[in-house]
Amino acid sequence: MSECGNCSGCAAVALPPMPGQAATSHVIALVGPPNSGKSTLFNRLTGLRQKVANFPGVTVEQRVGRARLGNSREITMIDLPGVYSLDARSEDERVTRDVLNGQMQGVPKPDAVLLILDCTNLGRHLLLAAPILALNLPTLVILNMADDLASRGGSIDIPELSCQLGAPVALISAAKGTGIEKVLQFIEGTADGRSHVSKPKVELPILQDIPKCRSWAQQVGSDSSYLAPEPPLWTRRLDSVFLHPVAGPLIFLAVVIGVFQTIFSGAKPIMDSLTATVQSSGSWLSTMLPDSIFRSLLIEGVWSGVGSVIVFLPQILILFLFIGILEDSGYLARAALIADRTMAKFGLQGKSFIPLISAYACAIPAIMATRTIENKRDRLATIMIAPLMTCSARLPVYTLLIAAFIQDKPLLGPFLRTQGAVLLGLYVLGFVAAIGTARLLKSSILKSEKSSFMLEMPPYRWPTLRSLGLRLVDRSKVFLRRAGTVILTVSVVLWISAHLPLHDGKAPEIGNSFAGMIGHSVEPVLKPLGFNWKIGIGLITSLAAREVIVGTLGTIYGMEGTAQSEGLQKALKSDLTPGGAVALLIFFAFAMQCMSTIAVVRRESGGWKWPILQFSYMTFLAYVAAFVTNHLLLQTSTVVAAILR
Amino acid sequence: MLTWSKRTFDTEVMLQLGFKRRANRRVSSAANLSELEFGEQGVLDHLDLPDEVSKRLMELGFVPGNTVEPARSAPGGEPRVYRVDGSEIAIRRETAKHLILRKKKIA
Repeated sequence: MSECGNCSGCAAVALPPMPGQAATSHVIALVGPPNSGKSTLFNRLTGLRQKVANFPGVTVEQRVGRARLGNSREITMIDLPGVYSLDARSEDERVTRDVLNGQMQGVPKPDAVLLILDCTNLGRHLLLAAPILALNLPTLVILNMADDLASRGGSIDIPELSCQLGAPVALISAAKGTGIEKVLQFIEGTADGRSHVSKPKVELPILQDIPKCRSWAQQVGSDSSYLAPEPPLWTRRLDSVFLHPVAGPLIFLAVVIGVFQTIFSGAKPIMDSLTATVQSSGSWLSTMLPDSIFRSLLIEGVWSGVGSVIVFLPQILILFLFIGILEDSGYLARAALIADRTMAKFGLQGKSFIPLISAYACAIPAIMATRTIENKRDRLATIMIAPLMTCSARLPVYTLLIAAFIQDKPLLGPFLRTQGAVLLGLYVLGFVAAIGTARLLKSSILKSEKSSFMLEMPPYRWPTLRSLGLRLVDRSKVFLRRAGTVILTVSVVLWISAHLPLHDGKAPEIGNSFAGMIGHSVEPVLKPLGFNWKIGIGLITSLAAREVIVGTLGTIYGMEGTAQSEGLQKALKSDLTPGGAVALLIFFAFAMQCMSTIAVVRRESGGWKWPILQFSYMTFLAYVAAFVTNHLLLQTSTVVAAILR
Repeated sequence: MLTWSKRTFDTEVMLQLGFKRRANRRVSSAANLSELEFGEQGVLDHLDLPDEVSKRLMELGFVPGNTVEPARSAPGGEPRVYRVDGSEIAIRRETAKHLILRKKKIA
C-alpha cells in the first residue's frame, strides 16, 4: 500500500522526471524481492520521501531519489518494484526488467545494482540473485535484517558467499542503520569506476526454471555455511492471538473502531486550537489592514477558504499514523488474511485487497498498486472500485458535516461515540459500495476465471519512529501543498466571481454574483437532494478535488460574515437541513470528484472508456443515494431530530 | 471435505497432545496440501496448476521437493497459512488442492 506523494503530480507523469544532469549522473538501481527492506534502505540512503511497509508488494512504481556521497558528489538512486523474478509476468516485473536492461524510456540504464535480500530467508531470496547477476552489471549483494539473523541464531560466511557469487556482499540492517557504510563504499567505488564484474565461482543456473534455480540457491547457501535462523517465535505467538478464530476477528474490529474514534477524539484538541489560531489571526489581520478590496480578498477569500481546510491536518495525520503502524508492523497482512473470505464472496482476489486498503489514503496510489495483479480483468475491476473506498480527501468533508450535525453521545461506553460511529459507518458504506460494484462487474462485463490468493505473512516488526515520521512529514507536505495551490486558486477565483459583476462600482450580494448565478442555475437539479445553491457551488469546485468544497464553503460563508463570527460549522448548521446534510455525506461517499483519479484511470486503462463509465456510474449512484437519503429523512424527521443536533 | 472438518482436527490435536508435544512431525498420507492436517508435514511432488500460477507459487517457496507444513488457518478456516522454505504463505483451499504431495514411502 503506497500513499501518493503528490496526487496531481503522479497523475501527470508515469515515470519520475529525470532532470537534465541525469544523463551524466551516476545511476544506482535497488532491486529485491517484496518485503526485503528495500524501501527502508532507500530511505536511509536518500532521506527522500518514500513509502516503506512491512507488506509484500508496496513499491509499484520505481522511485527516484538522490544520495550524497562523502565527497559531496550526487548519485541517482532508483527504487524498483519488489519482484521475485525477472520473468515479466506482471507489470511490476516488466518495469524492473526494462529498467535494468536500459530499455525503459526516460530512465537511464543503471551503472550499478544494489540487490537487497532478506538474509533470514536466504534460500528463497537467493533465487533473484541468479537473473540479476546474469545481467553483468556491477552488483552489491546486500543481506538485510542482519539483526534478525543474529538474534534468531542464524549465521553465514560472508566472504565465502561473496566468492561463490562473484560479487561483493554486505551484511546490513537497514532499519537500524548498521553496515550502511559498506553500501556507501560500494557506491563510491562504482562512481569512481573502480568496480569490475567478476565471474561467479558457481555457474549460474538456467533462468526461468525455478526448481533448478532453487537447488542452485540451496547449493550456494550450504557452500557459504548458511545457517537458517530459528523461526520467529514472537511472530508465531502473536499470530496465535491475531489469527485466533474468536479473538482474531474481535481484535480486527477493535482496531478498526479504535482508529475511527481516535480520529475524532484524538484530533479534537489540536484541531480546536488550530481553528482558534486561524480565526484569531484572521481577525488580527483584518484590524491591521486598512479596509480595502485587498483586505476582503485576503480575509474572506484566502483566509476563510484555505484556513478552513488546513484545520483538518491533524485528523489526516492521525489516519496516516495508524495506517503506517498497521503496515510497518505487519498486521495488515493478517487483516488481508482475515478479510479474504469476504473478498472471495464478491469475486475479488486477495491481491485486490492491498490496493483497496491503500485507497483509504488516496485512490491514485491504489490504482498504481493494481499493477501487481496479473489478470487484466481483475485489475480493471479493482481500478473501477478503488475510488469508492473512502480516501483521505473525504475526511475534511465528513468531519466538518459530522461535527456540525451529529450530536456527540456515547454509544459503546467510552470506546465509541456517535460521531465516530457515523464516520465508521461512512467508511463501511464506501467499502460495501466498492465490493458490491466488484460483484456487479465480475458477474457481467469483467467476468473471468476465479483467481488464486497467495500472500506472504511477514514477521511482525516494530515500526520505526523514523519511518513513521517520514510518512507524516511527507503527508503534511502533500496536504499543505494542495492547500497552497488548488484550494488557494479556487478560493481566489471564487472570491473574484463572487464579487462580479459590479453594480455602480460596488460588489453585488453573493446570490446575485457570477458564482451565485452558477449556484442558482444548478439548484433545481440539487434541490431534491436537500442542497441549496451554496452547496451547488461547492460541488462544482470540488470536481477538482473533494476537500475543495470545505474551502469553498469557507469562502462563501466568510463573505456573508457568518464563518468568522460563528465558525463554519455553525454557519452550515443554520443554512442546511439535517436531511440535506446527511444526503451530502452520502453524496460524497459515492461521487467521483477527483480530476487526478480520472486522469490516472485513463492512463492505466488505456483509454477514455473506463474513466467515463466510472464517473457516470459513481455520479449516478451518488445522486440516487443522496436523493433517497434526503427523502427518507424528511419522512422520519421526528426520529432524526433526536439523533441529529 | 472431511479432513477439514472441525472434529477431525480436534482429534488430531488431542492425539498430538497425548504424545510428546509436537516432537516429531508425522509424514502424512495426504495426497495434496489441503488434506494435510495440523502437526503433519508433506513433501511437495508437483503443482497441478496453470504455468502462471504455479510459477508464482514456486517463487513463494512451493518448489517440488520442499517440505510443507500447515501453520494455521485464518478465522473461519480459510485461507490457510503454510510453512514452506522458511516463510509462511497463505493460500486458499482451492489452490492447496492442486499442490500434490509425494506419496508416502513404505519403509
